[in-house]
Amino acid sequence: MTAEPDGPEDRLRRFATIWSRAVFPVTATSLTRPEFEQRLVPLARRLSEALRARTFEAAEGQAVGAALIGAHCTEPEALSATLDCVDAYLVLYCGGDGAQDALRARSARLQHAMAAGFARALRERTLAEQETIARAALQAQGIVADALHATEARFRAVFEGAAIGIGVADLDGNILQVNNALLRMFGGTEQLMRGRNVTEWTHPEDGAQVWRLYEELVRGDREHYHVEKAFYRPDGTVLWTNLTVSLLRDADGRPQYQLALMEDTTERRLLNLRLRYEATHDALTGLPNRTLFFERLDKALAAGDGQRFGLCYLDLDGFKTINDSLGHAAGDRLLVEVADRLQSCATAPGEMVARLGGDEFVALTTGPDTESEVDALADRIMNALVTPVRIDGRELTVRGSIGIVEGPAGERGPAEVLRSADITMYRAKSAGGNRYELADAEADARAITRHGLTTALPAALDRGEFFIEYQPLVHLGDGSVHGAEALVRWLHPQHGVLGPDRFIPLAEHTGLIVPLGRWVLEQSVRQAREWQERHSDAGPLRINVNLSPCQLTHPGLVSDTVDILERIGLEPNSLCLEVTESALIGADDDLLKPLRRLAEMGVDIALDDFGTGYSNLANLRRLPVSILKLDRSFTQGMQQFPADPVDLKIVEGIVSLAHSLDLAVTVEGVETGAQAEQLRLLGCDTAQGWYYARPGPPDRLHDLALVDATG
Amino acid sequence: MERPAWAPRGIDISVPSVSRIYDYYLGGSHNFEVDREAARRAMEFMPGLPKVMQANRAFLRRAVRFAAAEGIDQFLDIGSGIPTFGNVHEVAQSARPGARVVYVDHDPVAVAHSESVLAGNENADVVTADLRKPREILASPRLQRLIDLNRPVALLLVAILHFVEDQDDPYDAVAELRDALAPGSLLVLTHASYEGIPLPPERAGGAVDVYKDIRNPLIMRSREDIARFFEGYDMVEPGLVPMPNWRPDPASEDEDPYSYSGFAGVGRTA
Repeated sequence: MTAEPDGPEDRLRRFATIWSRAVFPVTATSLTRPEFEQRLVPLARRLSEALRARTFEAAEGQAVGAALIGAHCTEPEALSATLDCVDAYLVLYCGGDGAQDALRARSARLQHAMAAGFARALRERTLAEQETIARAALQAQGIVADALHATEARFRAVFEGAAIGIGVADLDGNILQVNNALLRMFGGTEQLMRGRNVTEWTHPEDGAQVWRLYEELVRGDREHYHVEKAFYRPDGTVLWTNLTVSLLRDADGRPQYQLALMEDTTERRLLNLRLRYEATHDALTGLPNRTLFFERLDKALAAGDGQRFGLCYLDLDGFKTINDSLGHAAGDRLLVEVADRLQSCATAPGEMVARLGGDEFVALTTGPDTESEVDALADRIMNALVTPVRIDGRELTVRGSIGIVEGPAGERGPAEVLRSADITMYRAKSAGGNRYELADAEADARAITRHGLTTALPAALDRGEFFIEYQPLVHLGDGSVHGAEALVRWLHPQHGVLGPDRFIPLAEHTGLIVPLGRWVLEQSVRQAREWQERHSDAGPLRINVNLSPCQLTHPGLVSDTVDILERIGLEPNSLCLEVTESALIGADDDLLKPLRRLAEMGVDIALDDFGTGYSNLANLRRLPVSILKLDRSFTQGMQQFPADPVDLKIVEGIVSLAHSLDLAVTVEGVETGAQAEQLRLLGCDTAQGWYYARPGPPDRLHDLALVDATG
Repeated sequence: MERPAWAPRGIDISVPSVSRIYDYYLGGSHNFEVDREAARRAMEFMPGLPKVMQANRAFLRRAVRFAAAEGIDQFLDIGSGIPTFGNVHEVAQSARPGARVVYVDHDPVAVAHSESVLAGNENADVVTADLRKPREILASPRLQRLIDLNRPVALLLVAILHFVEDQDDPYDAVAELRDALAPGSLLVLTHASYEGIPLPPERAGGAVDVYKDIRNPLIMRSREDIARFFEGYDMVEPGLVPMPNWRPDPASEDEDPYSYSGFAGVGRTA
């Protein structure tokens, strides 16, 4: 629509512009001012027409007033600005040529109507919006209430259906609510729980921290804590729980309630206790087992200043015999009886008895006075075993050997203590048993060395730590060197040179004697062959090599010996194998067969340490033996002057017996010239001993033989 | 104890709500006395607050028209509040009939109100969710019914981010939404700031304190911090500017000084 300048339309628009400029600043509309003005143009036109209409229509004014509300002119200032504008400009711009007085009166009436329309529309809009927002709030509340209800229902289901006990109490400890699981745990009713106070639920096993944590929580210094706690049930039994307590705060963060979640661990605890009992006790005797004993020993040894411990290590004497002869069932009953008696010996606090296994028991005493107590304990144990045990109508005499270790805590570890007790017990046993011995450091050290040597033996052979010394054998008739005995030595990296008495029994025990013996034989034979090559003029030098009992029974003895002799090229009659008398006591034909075969080949067999083994002299005929080596104990009596006449008689008798059986006699341990002369007179054939030479390297023997040959 | 995820927020209409306060500033009656009381207290410090809100509405209207002109027909308005007039769906659907609009608010009253306003509008809906949990917004079935995230969306964060405290990771939330948007999407954002307010900061601070009192703290951020929300977007001309300066209508006239409070901007994803 185009407007003719200053025509009615143009003037109408100018009015709308003025109006929009007056009202726009007080509206909240998001329209721009020109857009807003466009919305006012139709309203201005209605006003203009109503101004000039024949009759006054209040409704028109009211409609325009209401339309302002529709254009979001809801501020009262919008009405006041509008009325100012209408009052000042409507007649001026839209009155045309009408009578001014009438127009002004009409404008005033229009303004009244507009104000009424505005107010009514504003009231209606306000009411409508209030209703809308109230309805929205209500609806939202309904939705939230539904959701809360659902939440509540879910929460209730969790609360009631939970397998764990849940309880809520106020900060004074008054119990407000508990769930069924909690009631079941306590075995009580809700009435019984309501009105109770948390602080009544003390239990003697509560750790100090349980109630300290509680106080911190209700004070608001702690959000939650977790403890293992015991409760008394109304019936007096004990309920064990894993308890978690949390602090509940209100929206402003102020502590409000405490929430307890508890899990019944009573059965699990009992089961654990039973498992623990089973893991720490011996099934047969019910005594604490090795595990528990070591736990206690650890604790005793870790105790503080002034604390000591005493340990009795008991092993029954001859238990194996009882087991073998009466059967394991009887043996077990014996152990049970012994366990019961031992149990009654150690009843004081700090004392315990345990079964380590088999027929080995330990009794432990702890405290500051174990020095005196441990002896008393050992006495009680020995006394307890005095009365015979009656099993299957038999009276069995029980004896035991005890090793005692006593000392201050904090010095030794459990393994060391037990080893010492074990060693000491064996000492008691080897002293005849049925006694106790006190541990002493020296005896321990010896035993410990033996243990160390045993474990070091196999590697020693591989590393070539063994060597051989030779001790000359001398003809008593002409004093010439007849041969030598090979004696093995161990050059131990820590202990230095060790004699055969230190390690041969160990090698026997471990079976290492077989390869070691083979090595000694080979070395010795090689040495003998070398001597013969170097001075064939001095007559054949012989070599004596010791055979241990273990080697005797080894099936490879004959073949190994033959193999070595042939390989090295030594005549069999240059070799003499020495066997101890005790090894051949009661020997049957199977055992003698290899010796016999060697003897048939020409190897000499010497009976070593003769006179110590109580051998049946008549039996000598049966043995494939050609030499007797008289034990040094016979020659000891001849060291002084005059010689013991009894010794002289015995040696004379033995020599005569030997010679009548066509056996040569060699004596050991000759240390003086008088001795040598005496033995020569008694008819002994050969001798060895410090008087001639100590054992030494092969070259020494070479020199001796050389001297002998030239002298 | 922390509220379980499935427990809804309660409604307490005795506590002022920022949506209803906003409505009051805009001359609406969708509010209660507690809301008006809080609004009047804030206005004691900043009498021009209604003009700030009006400038927000005017910017929103221009930005939605701009987006529609750019060819965008999907609108996601988070923090929509109580639509009094000039709402996104009205502006968008008049510019592009059939345009789809999803409103999001965490205030159940605002949502209930929007539902009554939108009743019968097939292409607009409202979701109860929280900007601080963008995944819940994106996963909402109502959003998925109307908005195809494989096509550009106009994401409207108008006058909302200044209600998210730093501890609630607003930057992460905005980044997560950005990552869900198809290339060519727009971020439409306004944010309160001490910059541009025609008052000394300590006086404006009085109004800020009112929001703190009603447990809906207003976080004033610097222009620099506000610009960081546009990380990953290319700024649309004229960039991050006071609201009246963002693509003003050709015939616009003198603006109220308060309308220059804070910043507005639009960014486009690459």
